[in-house]
Amino acid sequence: MFSKLFNHLNSSIIKKQTMGVAGLLLCGFITMHFLGNLLIFVGPEAFNLYAHTLTSNPLIYAAEAGLLAIFLVHIGVGVKLTIENNNARPQKYYMKQPTGRGANFSSSTMPYTGIIILIFVILHILGLKFGTYYETSYDGVKMRDLYKLVIEYFRQPSAVLGYVVAMLSLGIHLRHGFWSAFQSLGFNHPKYNNLLILISKAFAFIMAIGFSSLPIFCFYKGGN
Amino acid sequence: MGDQSKLMSLNLKIWRQPNSGSQGEMIDYKLDGISPDMSFLEMLDVLNEELVQEGKDSIAYDHDCREGICGMCSLMINGQAHGPEASTTTCQLHMRKFKDGDTIVIEPWRAKAFPVLKDLMVDRGSFDAIISAGGYVNCNTGNAPDGNAIPIPKESADLAMDAAACIGCGACVASCKNASAMLFVSAKISQLALLPQGKPEAQKRAESMVTKMDELGFGNCTNEAECEASCPKGIKIENIARMNREYLSSALKSK
Repeated sequence: MFSKLFNHLNSSIIKKQTMGVAGLLLCGFITMHFLGNLLIFVGPEAFNLYAHTLTSNPLIYAAEAGLLAIFLVHIGVGVKLTIENNNARPQKYYMKQPTGRGANFSSSTMPYTGIIILIFVILHILGLKFGTYYETSYDGVKMRDLYKLVIEYFRQPSAVLGYVVAMLSLGIHLRHGFWSAFQSLGFNHPKYNNLLILISKAFAFIMAIGFSSLPIFCFYKGGN
Repeated sequence: MGDQSKLMSLNLKIWRQPNSGSQGEMIDYKLDGISPDMSFLEMLDVLNEELVQEGKDSIAYDHDCREGICGMCSLMINGQAHGPEASTTTCQLHMRKFKDGDTIVIEPWRAKAFPVLKDLMVDRGSFDAIISAGGYVNCNTGNAPDGNAIPIPKESADLAMDAAACIGCGACVASCKNASAMLFVSAKISQLALLPQGKPEAQKRAESMVTKMDELGFGNCTNEAECEASCPKGIKIENIARMNREYLSSALKSK
């Protein structure tokens, strides 16, 4: 009964499109996460109140489950596609050179930057979301002092370095990934292509540099 | 003969494999007296003549028209499909693009769906299988309809013609790090989908051809455009986007 549907979902093109849609949704997530994080620059109260408002909403569990599902789909389909791609050429070339007119550094390192980001996400959640629970209160409302934890966390130079490396990998991943999702979905038009590639580069740059600025700020804020 | 002082000496590293079932290996050859005006295939002909005179097995490679339009010649030359020049088939590549004393590495296309038959020759029958799966327009009754009976916008005709320039050589598969055939399949889908005669079957065609392509063990496109860069006919990856649209539409609507 579902075999026809499954065949479509398992086709090369729908797998690419699934990967692309999940990727674009994740782009939406990191954009919101980045904007929220900018409140660290404003101060402890703004950041803690934002975090409290976000996590005290009961819908957060549904949102987190949805986000996890999107992550797993993006990773799962990505792994499947990569395995299939390796199998498609069992005997490798003695010599293979890029033409210099097609692939770029970003496009040829997608699986590697992806793995770096995955490792980072796991460490990031363990270290911050499930990190030490400090408490504070504003106007009598008790809440988690996430700001204190963030400042403390990024007092270690290794945490700052790891974060920056991961965010540069994210930028490299997005440079190709953002544009690529549109191509997979069938959006490729001579009039808009250059604009889309420019947006892709700008988004990658803003995310990499923007996110990286946060731990560096915290590092100096923490008294180093 | 041309200017003798310009003749080139080359070191060649060529893949030799007696048949599809055997293990192959890279073999070194030294070749002298090559004119820069020779085509790449003529250079191989000279080597083969020498091998035959020595009583050795000549090197098998595919070729036919030697005019850059039939799609028979192939060869990975120094790690690039059809060699270093853009928009050029191996038969149209000339030895003047190389220097005296150069080492040139020559390999067959490599893909699971393109098994090596002998030396530098691969079986590209999987492309034929994809075409048989739907790369045509059905005309079930009567004579072929008059092509000029239906008005076609110049722009559509041009785009269809650009897609139809694909000669099916397989350089897209060879140069793709994933051995994906999507540039070829998308060109064949586009050349028909862009014209009114091909429109009625466009989605069904995309579905059957993509299904066959997946079945044959080609890889998945990662949108790097190495295929476009190495295509001797300059087929654009816009065609892949068109195929993605046609397939998605078919997957959503088909019963």
